[in-house]
Amino acid sequence: MALYSEKVMDHFRHPRNVGVIDDADGIGEVGNAKCGDIMKIYLKIENDIITDAKFETFGCGSAIASSSMATELIKGKPLSEALQLSNKAVAEALDGLPAYKMHCSVLAEEAIKAAVQDYYEKHGVAYDKTQFPDCASCAHCCE
Amino acid sequence: MNIYADNAATTKMSRTAIEAMLPYMDGCYGNPSSLHSLGQRAAEALAKSRKDIAACLGAEPQEIYFTSGGSEADNQALISAAAAGERKGKKHIISTAFEHHAVLHTLEKLKKQGFEIELLDVGREGTVTAAQVEKAIRPDTCLVTIMFANNEIGSILPIAEIGALCRQKGVLFHTDAVQAAGHLPIDVKAQKIDLLSLSAHKFHGPKGTGVLFARKGVPLVNLIEGGAQERGKRAGTENIPAIAGMAAALKEATARMEENTAKVTALRDRLIEGLSKIPHSALSGAKDLRLPGNVHFCFEGIEGESLLLLLDEKGICASSGSACTSGSLDPSHVLLAIGRSHEIAHGSLRLSLCEENTDEEIAYMLAEIPKAVEQLRGMSPLWRDKINGKREFLL
Repeated sequence: MALYSEKVMDHFRHPRNVGVIDDADGIGEVGNAKCGDIMKIYLKIENDIITDAKFETFGCGSAIASSSMATELIKGKPLSEALQLSNKAVAEALDGLPAYKMHCSVLAEEAIKAAVQDYYEKHGVAYDKTQFPDCASCAHCCE
Repeated sequence: MNIYADNAATTKMSRTAIEAMLPYMDGCYGNPSSLHSLGQRAAEALAKSRKDIAACLGAEPQEIYFTSGGSEADNQALISAAAAGERKGKKHIISTAFEHHAVLHTLEKLKKQGFEIELLDVGREGTVTAAQVEKAIRPDTCLVTIMFANNEIGSILPIAEIGALCRQKGVLFHTDAVQAAGHLPIDVKAQKIDLLSLSAHKFHGPKGTGVLFARKGVPLVNLIEGGAQERGKRAGTENIPAIAGMAAALKEATARMEENTAKVTALRDRLIEGLSKIPHSALSGAKDLRLPGNVHFCFEGIEGESLLLLLDEKGICASSGSACTSGSLDPSHVLLAIGRSHEIAHGSLRLSLCEENTDEEIAYMLAEIPKAVEQLRGMSPLWRDKINGKREFLL
C-alpha cells in the first residue's frame, strides 16, 4: 500500500492554486520553519464571497496536497462557509491522510481561518473572535 | 529511468548471495543441531560461513556470533559490556550523540538502570577524535561505543586510534560497523576492536541477519534464552540460508573493495560537485573522510519529504532526515548533532550509491534534483521570504 492516496498524490503532483495574490484582501500564515511546515493562504474577497484563493506551502507532500485541496474547497464560497471548513473535511476530500499527517489538514483549516480573520481586521469588519483559534493552537508540533 | 540511490537503507542482493542461499532453502534444509547427515551438512555450511566472515574481519571463527541483524548485535554488545562493567563497579559509558538508535536507545535503557552515559560532541563534520575519548575516559568507564561510519552523513571515524586508546586504558571498545562492513577495511585485531556489529543487507546480503563479533574473553549476556546455539550465547535455530548468503556477500564485497571504492567514490564526487552548485545548499559531513557511496545535502527553504516524493516520481529512490519522513516531530538527531538547525535539517537529502550505479544515472540525478528543488522552492513561503530579504539565509 502506498503512503498516500491517489488523490493526495494528484494534488501533490499538480497542486491547484499555487502562488500569490498581490492585492489579496486577506492573508493567513500558520506553522513555522522549525516544525518543517509553513502554510500561507491568500484570499480575494468580494461581497463576502471568496472569489480567488492561492497558497504557498513549505512542507511535506500531504501539507502541499492539503493546501491545494483546501483552496479548491473554499473558492467561490461565502466566508461563512469557508469558516466552517474543518480539517476532517479537507482530509476526507483527499481520500484520507495517514494518522501522523492529520496535522497537515489542521494547518490548512487554520490558515484559511487566519486569512479570513486578517480580512476582517484589515477591513474593519466586526466579528466574533471566539470562532478563531488563538496563536497557541498553532503550536501543533515541536514548539 | 529507475535509480536506486538508497543503499545505506538497504541494498539489492547480489547474485552471489542468492546463489549461496538457494541450496539451504531447497535440498539442504536440515537443522544444524541435528545429528543426521542432512543436519550435518547445514552445520558444515554454518561453520564455513563463520570461518569466511571471520577471515573478512581479521577475527577468529569462534569470535563470530550470528544474530538477527545489526540492531540485535548492538543491543547485545552494549548490554554485555555494561554487565561486565557493573560486576567491577564500573558504570560509566562513552558514546557519541549521532549513533544509530539501536545504540542510543539501548544506552537510554542502561541509563535507567543507573549507568552514566556520556555522549561526545561530534562537531560540524560529524566525527570525534581519540583525544576527546581519552579526555572522557574515567577509572569507572566500562565501555566506549562509537560507530565506524555514520549512516546518514557518511563520516568515517578514527576507529583504529580509538581502539588503540581503549585497549591501552583497559576499557572495552564496541563499534557499530553496520555502514562500514563490506565497504571499508576492517581488521578487528589491528584496529583493537573488542565488540563489533554488522548487518548483511547493507552489503548486498539478505535482510534479517547480522553478526556480533566479540573478542575472545569478552563475556556475553544472552538476549534470547533457549537452545545452545552460538555457543549458548544466542538461542534459536540458525537462519542457515541467510547466514550462507551473508558470508558469500561479505566475501565478495571484501574481495572487490578496492575496485568498488574507486568506482563509487568517483560517482559520489561527481554527484557532490554537481549538487554543490545548487544555491543555498550544503554538503553534510566531511568531504574526504566519508563513505564511498554517501552524498548528503541540505537545501534551504524546502522540506525533505516532498523532495523525496518528487524524486520518486522521476524514478529516483532516496532518503531524508526530515521529521515528516520519520513520522516523528523532530528531524534527524544526526543532523541536529552536527549543528544543523531544525529548519535546515528538514530540507535534507541522502543519496547513497553502490557499484551498480552508473555515470548516466549520476547525470540524470544532476539534471532532475536541481529542478525538483527549484519547483518546491517556487511554492515555499519560507523561500519567498528569504529571497525578499524578510528572513535571513542560513546556508
